[in-house]
Amino acid sequence: MDTKLFLESLCKSKGVSGYEHHLQDTIISSFKEYLDDISVDKLGNIIGIKKGTYNDEKNIKIMIAAHMDEIGLMVKDIEENGFIRFTNVGGIDPRTIIGQEVIVHGIKDLFGVVGSKPPHLQEPSERDMAVKLEDMIIDVGYPKEEVEKLVNIGDTITIRRNIKNLLGSRIAGKSLDDRAGVAALFECMKELRNIKHEADIYFVTTVQEEVSMAGALVSSYKIHPDIGIAVDVGFGSTPELPKSSTIELGQGPAIALGGNIHPNLRRKLVEIAKEYNIPNQIEVNPGPTGTDARAMQITREGIPSLLLSIPLRYMHTSVEVVDMEDIKNTGKLLAFFVASISRDNLEGLLCY
Amino acid sequence: MLLKELTEASGVSGNEKEVRDLIISEIKDYVDSYKIDKIGNIIAYKKGKDFGKKLMITAHMDEVGLMIKDIDKDGFLKFITVGGIDKRILVSKPVLVGKNKLPGVIGAKPIHLQKPDERKRALNIDELYIDIGAKSKEEAEKHVNIGDYAIFDSDYVEFGDGLVKAKALDNRVGCSLLIKLIKEIKDISFYAVFTVMEEVGLVGAGPAAFEVNPDYAIILEGTLCYDMPKLDTHLIPTYLNNGPAISLIDRTTIYNRKFRDKIVEIAEKNNIPYQYRKTSMGGNDSGKIHTAKEGCITTAISVPCRYIHSTASVMSKKDYDNTFELLKEILLHFEKGEI
Amino acid sequence: MNINFNLLKELVSVYGPSSNEGAIREFIKNEIKDYVDEIETDNLGNLIARKKGNGKKIMISAHMDQIGFMITDIDEKGFLRFTNVGGISPYISISQRVIFENGTVGVIYHEPVDDMSKLKLENMYIDIGAFSKEEAEKKVKIGDICIYKTEFDENENVVFSNYLDDRVGCFIAIEAIKQIKNSVNDLYFVFSTQEEVGLRGAKTAAYKVDPDIGLSLDVTSHGDTPKAKRFAVGLNKGAAIKVKDNSIICHPKVKELLVEIAKENKIPYQMEVLEFGGTDSGAIHVTKEGVPSGVISIPTRYVHSTVEMASKNDIINCVELLIKFLEHDINI
Repeated sequence: MDTKLFLESLCKSKGVSGYEHHLQDTIISSFKEYLDDISVDKLGNIIGIKKGTYNDEKNIKIMIAAHMDEIGLMVKDIEENGFIRFTNVGGIDPRTIIGQEVIVHGIKDLFGVVGSKPPHLQEPSERDMAVKLEDMIIDVGYPKEEVEKLVNIGDTITIRRNIKNLLGSRIAGKSLDDRAGVAALFECMKELRNIKHEADIYFVTTVQEEVSMAGALVSSYKIHPDIGIAVDVGFGSTPELPKSSTIELGQGPAIALGGNIHPNLRRKLVEIAKEYNIPNQIEVNPGPTGTDARAMQITREGIPSLLLSIPLRYMHTSVEVVDMEDIKNTGKLLAFFVASISRDNLEGLLCY
Repeated sequence: MLLKELTEASGVSGNEKEVRDLIISEIKDYVDSYKIDKIGNIIAYKKGKDFGKKLMITAHMDEVGLMIKDIDKDGFLKFITVGGIDKRILVSKPVLVGKNKLPGVIGAKPIHLQKPDERKRALNIDELYIDIGAKSKEEAEKHVNIGDYAIFDSDYVEFGDGLVKAKALDNRVGCSLLIKLIKEIKDISFYAVFTVMEEVGLVGAGPAAFEVNPDYAIILEGTLCYDMPKLDTHLIPTYLNNGPAISLIDRTTIYNRKFRDKIVEIAEKNNIPYQYRKTSMGGNDSGKIHTAKEGCITTAISVPCRYIHSTASVMSKKDYDNTFELLKEILLHFEKGEI
Repeated sequence: MNINFNLLKELVSVYGPSSNEGAIREFIKNEIKDYVDEIETDNLGNLIARKKGNGKKIMISAHMDQIGFMITDIDEKGFLRFTNVGGISPYISISQRVIFENGTVGVIYHEPVDDMSKLKLENMYIDIGAFSKEEAEKKVKIGDICIYKTEFDENENVVFSNYLDDRVGCFIAIEAIKQIKNSVNDLYFVFSTQEEVGLRGAKTAAYKVDPDIGLSLDVTSHGDTPKAKRFAVGLNKGAAIKVKDNSIICHPKVKELLVEIAKENKIPYQMEVLEFGGTDSGAIHVTKEGVPSGVISIPTRYVHSTVEMASKNDIINCVELLIKFLEHDINI
């Protein structure tokens, strides 16, 4: 399946942290032709294996993880007039929610609107204050009795948004954090069809990264890889942000640098990027990166970790913007890198 | 002197190589085995008498410092802090950048050019930069890379009545004590673990404890000391010159009572001065160690350090020596099966 | 179901602050020993009691520890200074009585403060009525932990007492232990330690037990008092089935099974979406290769005050729901 179509279909679907099972069919049906095995673990992580050329249980294991969960909203109460009160799942800026169209995932999907007060009725001072999530409602257009038949407290809610094509290879939509990463994994496994690799590659689409990294913790415990690579998104540059804190769209994945990242492995990754002319950038992280790479590094006796960040603008809004070229280049870099790891060089690469 | 070499070495969290290599060169002839684990911790084993329990003594190798995040068009270096640093201590200080320890300075706007109320406000990290004397971005880029680490340019000085000033007393003092134990203790088996990245979230300790799986762990630290005059006694976390500080509770651990009471008993029996670390603020590797796998019993014993996490922290040699004496006695008790 | 709340009255008054749970552990051990097949204590003091069965391995966790105050300093005049053990509100603590393990009683008060909204624990002290440091030191040592002195009251509707958090969870677990005969599943009842300071006991206990399913029993908040922050859970509306809090998003299948069982057995229940806080399941679900976990919550007013209040019907419904869940054939 075409990667862009795959990504569009993923982003259209629902999969708020803790409720990623809705994405299983799409992901498994697309991944399986490129993999030798695919399964779902106890918390819902999808784990796919592409075996390497070395045929042994003690083969090198490389885990590549991208999280499939998205931030979203959750029903927390139903008012007497049928309005829904809600809370956030994951980090949400309330200012990006007001006036949005949403889908309430009850017994069936219901269309709703996050209501807003008419400007005419607002005090001048009100208009400069951000509205709190606590004060917002979702109007699904039904009276309370109807709503209660269709919706339960705890049901998840996502923003109603399809992927939009912007100029060139840029697209905008919701949950590109981190479905863009999942798409990069897809690109990687496609590339690996044509590249020989010694190691067994574990492609993992993790759950709950946005709330606790529970998915990466338990899947890396289970797999116990020699190397862990997380693919997530990084802050794409926009006019009001300092250049030193952002990365550029279209210039390839950022290769993270810092305590969470194994220095020698990172050097190899940069070498590979240079060798294959894959555009890349630097992202500096002084400590734990707040991604699945953090979870992998501290699991069991520690796992040497790497992080690739796909540049993404307006993170955690429903109009995140990425460049498909960056996703393709991330997939390529991953493929060439994992193919470069063998029993001959692994020990040297992992030493300090 | 070992503490001089240790404190002057560079080892910001995530970049502990120089300190790690120094520690290994010190201990390798005194341990039965050592290795560097998958994320950079040193796990060493000293074989002596087995006393039926697995003991791990640990000290973190890393220090707080800076990391270069950008080189601006004029060759000035923008940076971020690594670990908990009060940004106000940075202004008007010299630093050493990168592997080659290039001298640089964090300057400040001349007082003549400041408005009166400007001086009241602390400067943000975004407003600070390191000047290495480069004339242009290109020149700077010849010497410095984005992602390079910078340490405080602060040498080891002995002064006053047996006091020491240095950077990174937290926690080279713990490393120094552990190295000394490795060299001098012969009669008891223990694991000596030097961890990475404690200052950015106790990163190294969890995996190290997972691997070693101890029954008991002693965490060695340099800890807060704020013994200002006229402060209520309960607001003073530790005093300089009152001996090793034994932890009661902090953000990451409530220390095992029985083990602590035994240590206090040992100190009193041997006339070793000691004090309690009275604050519950802060945390250390014990947080990850005592809850690793099926859990274990820990204690944290620290040398009080004034002005911790600054360019000029201060400790007392007497406290250092008394801490070492206490540790020796504790190990003796383990050996005799009395713990 | 008829339940005798006398045991709950006893449970809430047994001394057991986080890290110092010896007394409550002994008490619970005595209460359950004739009803379980195996009992052990782990390195962090967790009490682990097993009722053998052939089905799934289920870890049921209720925390035994309480919030309290650790003494860090005794001043020249015999006043005690302290730090908090667990989530303590300075305002709730003013003028409360506290009690130490050895029975010493004291009162918490505060230094005169210009702006009460800026009151901090370091402006407060415990007065045990000693007239000098030496006198105080005879009764209390640095490192000692005291708890609020417990007072239990009840009427036909509710119980109100300190430390329903989480002795009511322990109570429910004990009731289940006593009532379940010939267990279908392999049940590990864990009375955990140090939950109040970061789910520490549950982490090591779950590593040891290595369960297939996790379930905790703990109190949750309420939204049914005057001008209370909006929260759908209230007293007397049934056992609360947790959807999420700050430590866990409960596994949908565990949550749905609890709802199904409640409906099938006509047990009143309510759904709980908590915007803060955490429970032992937060630690259990990320153990090893992952453990699908959920929580049965007891709706409680005034949590972490000295007058926590829960509905008797809710407690009984929680017991019923727990027992029916544990006896269910679970396929997750």
